[in-house]
Amino acid sequence: MSAVSSSPVIERGTTASRIAAIAVAVIIALLAFAPQVLSAGAVDRMTALFIYVILAAMWNALAGFGGLVSVGQQVFFGLGAYFAIRLADVGLNPFAALFVSAIVVGAVSWPLSLFMLRLRNGEFAIGMWVIAALTHLLVNLDRLVQGETGTSLISLNVYDAGTRRTVIYWLALASMTALLAILFGLLRGSTGAAIRAIRDNEDAAASVGVRVTGTKRLLFVLAAFGIGIAGALWLATSITFQPKTYFNVQWTAYMIFMVLVGGIGTFEGAILGALVFFLIETWFGGTGVWYLVGLGATAVLFSLFLPRGLWGTIEERFGLRLLPVGYRVRLLATAVDGDATPSPQQSTTSREKA
Amino acid sequence: MSNQIIQGVLLGGYYALIACGLSFMFSVMRIINLAHGSLAVFAAFALWWLASRFHISPFIGLLIVLPLMAAIGWALQRFLLERSARGGGLLPILTTFGLAIVIDNMLFEQFGADTRSLAPYIGSLSYDSWEWPGSIYVGKLAVIMFATAVILLGGLQLFLTRTRLGRSIRATSEDPDTAGLVGVDARRANAIAAAIAMVTVGLAGAFLGMRATFDPYAGAPQLLFAFEAAVIGGAGSLWGTLIGGIVLALAQTLGAQVHPQGFLIGGHAVFLVVLFVRLSTSGLGLRGLLRLPSRSAS
Repeated sequence: MSAVSSSPVIERGTTASRIAAIAVAVIIALLAFAPQVLSAGAVDRMTALFIYVILAAMWNALAGFGGLVSVGQQVFFGLGAYFAIRLADVGLNPFAALFVSAIVVGAVSWPLSLFMLRLRNGEFAIGMWVIAALTHLLVNLDRLVQGETGTSLISLNVYDAGTRRTVIYWLALASMTALLAILFGLLRGSTGAAIRAIRDNEDAAASVGVRVTGTKRLLFVLAAFGIGIAGALWLATSITFQPKTYFNVQWTAYMIFMVLVGGIGTFEGAILGALVFFLIETWFGGTGVWYLVGLGATAVLFSLFLPRGLWGTIEERFGLRLLPVGYRVRLLATAVDGDATPSPQQSTTSREKA
Repeated sequence: MSNQIIQGVLLGGYYALIACGLSFMFSVMRIINLAHGSLAVFAAFALWWLASRFHISPFIGLLIVLPLMAAIGWALQRFLLERSARGGGLLPILTTFGLAIVIDNMLFEQFGADTRSLAPYIGSLSYDSWEWPGSIYVGKLAVIMFATAVILLGGLQLFLTRTRLGRSIRATSEDPDTAGLVGVDARRANAIAAAIAMVTVGLAGAFLGMRATFDPYAGAPQLLFAFEAAVIGGAGSLWGTLIGGIVLALAQTLGAQVHPQGFLIGGHAVFLVVLFVRLSTSGLGLRGLLRLPSRSAS
């Protein structure tokens, strides 16, 4: 961090971001109390929303920050659920199994990363898909799963439906908050500087001594771990485990949609994208096939015409940053304390400087 | 056993057919088209529709569907890929993946979940076979498929090395800017390459429909097969694709022998083994995994 000289001011937070930080704390507190007032159906929907946020944030960490577009992330989603089933089967408490399972998924992803991270772009994307397809087939061979028939997390039935619903809700909320906090912390720290350098130009980053592969591996394992939690939580809400549902490429399609619409490579964008997806699903999910056609078409249109997504566009237009992970340089001559106004600083602030 | 090996080799012809378009497009435009498999299934559905609705034999139907596929390829490049490729290497993956979802679900909307086949429309060809010495029976269709793959790959190779257009496509794939300096229209070359790739996809779709069944969501496995065959074949010539297809098919045949569900597992496993060996021997990244070496061709 350079010393602040007289003319430009280097800062992290803005007024907007300080307000946002308080708002985030309030929202999380409110969400924690929400099950007391919400109906059972609403609690389930909110749990789904938290899982979507996790999925979007994790895929964004991988693609938006690590530059690794994977079409096979459903492998971790499925494995998260599968290991939870396996662990519960050997007698682990089902709720504990959800998290131990995610740790196992993270551990599995590490050796996988040694191998897969050497692939580039599209090769990595489809390579991951092959891994997902193969894992799906291997899980099907497990006697416990009984092929596509599937099985259930039976041990969860010892809790009554109300307790189960509330506990899963809280676990999902806590997981989402913790994962977002980890990601936020990573992006703000020195790793964050490396991550953004890689995002902007991998070769240049390597040439100034950024540990490209190590950083990418960190993101890969984090994403696997987070998506593993999401898969395990999804299993907890739906109880049944059918390999076909969990290892479905549709999960990755959802992640891509959320991140593309929200804004790839922005922390807030993934959350916004998950919200948009959640609303679209609530309103149009019943229309079946056309809903999926719409999702695909929207993803194509965003990637062609608005590749920075909704949040990226807002950020660029207004210089607004709610959860700042970088630094911004403000020129005192033009600086007014309100910072949501477009000003000459825009070109400097539109790119975060680390 | 030798019977199974021969069937496996012939099946490899199909994989080579579906893989060659993928690796051709990648080598020219550096784009892996994730809608590749879905487009093949689209072609199969188009042939099925012509056959069931208008009683047009799939072989005649190709005369309609292949030009259509060429037009689709041209439009795909002009309106989708060209634009998204400007946004870097990652965007085309997302665009083509979105396109695949649109195609799959449109097909589902139009034709429903039933599995279809073109076999009923090609008469006795779907089950006719020749007897080879040693009481080995080979399906006529499988042989035609394999021969088509060989002719197509050979034709593409000749086209790339011997014709002016082929040379301009190769030049564009090497370095579009320099190619532009010497008067090659890179946009045109790319669009033509995409059109050619889609014609091969159309052919692959036709054989997919004749030799097996397909449904609206059959595109994803076809994409994986194509990718695997192309990678196994590696950065050889187009003929590498044929070898890749044969290796993939043999591994699947072998897998099926070991375990009832081993067909797909065997294929994926051999792909990963080849990838692993290639990665540990090359030391470098995989920039050239799917690249056609124009050096050996020139």
